[in-house]
Amino acid sequence: MMEKVVIIIAEDDEGHFELVKRNLWRSCVDCEFMHFRNGQEVLDFFNGKGPQSTTVQDSRYILILDIKMPKVDGREVLQTMKADPQMKKIPVIMLTTTDDPEEVQRCHEIGCSFYIVKPSDYTTFMEAVASLGAFLSIGGIRVPCFERKPTTV
Amino acid sequence: MKNEVVILVAEDDNGHFALINKNLARAGLHNQIVRFADGQETLDFLFPTNDDGGREPHTPYLLLLDIRMPKVDGIEVLSKIKQDTELRKMPVIMLTTADDPREVERCHRLGCSIYIVKPVKYENFMDAVLKVGLFLSVVEVPHIDDMGGPDETS
Repeated sequence: MMEKVVIIIAEDDEGHFELVKRNLWRSCVDCEFMHFRNGQEVLDFFNGKGPQSTTVQDSRYILILDIKMPKVDGREVLQTMKADPQMKKIPVIMLTTTDDPEEVQRCHEIGCSFYIVKPSDYTTFMEAVASLGAFLSIGGIRVPCFERKPTTV
Repeated sequence: MKNEVVILVAEDDNGHFALINKNLARAGLHNQIVRFADGQETLDFLFPTNDDGGREPHTPYLLLLDIRMPKVDGIEVLSKIKQDTELRKMPVIMLTTADDPREVERCHRLGCSIYIVKPVKYENFMDAVLKVGLFLSVVEVPHIDDMGGPDETS
């Protein structure tokens, strides 16, 4: 991407997070990365709450979203975001161990951009993330600007 | 992406279509590719009014969609797709020469999966489509059933 984009990885598994970040970073060296460990943290961030609220308000985001996470799961995050008039424009890529075709249907109904099943084999998983990274590095990709709600004190 | 996924390409420029076709194959995709030369053809296929032609029920489709096309433009096509309760599941990748933040905003609000500006340089365009193809080989695409309708909630 030519524009500065923040890639948010919502992933409760530390090992998976490291693998995803490392392999995305190889292609998207100019991107900023953020990590959240559960769905609530993601929603809080976009709503301008929580510890990350002091960072830049206006930015372009792409969310990489796991489904099985504590507190608020990925599908609920997707649902909340796509029902919100502002958050709905943020591209959300599901990256999950859930390979249930029903879940693929549901997430696309709600409005995910893409759905990737984490391969159980380590090397294949790395390759899948590398393909995602190469895709996100395409110079012509354009992401709309999102203005996070101002922090309420 | 499984082999039964049908890749729809709405593109009025013959040269661009040839490039897209060639580079998806170069990425190792052996999926069926169906081309539409304008927006009306695309809509006729997606929303068939008779039994002659049109899409098949229970089939996964994915659409690469140009914006500037004769008759019906890509934004209108996207809007109709995302208003239909069944078709809205279909991933739509905008692939266009229009590098305008307002169009980017509009398409993402309507529900496109991603917005890609066609690189001006031939090699960069080839490389972009190759990367799209490699990425598509790792995504899951939902099937679309024949029964859809306008979304009453939006």
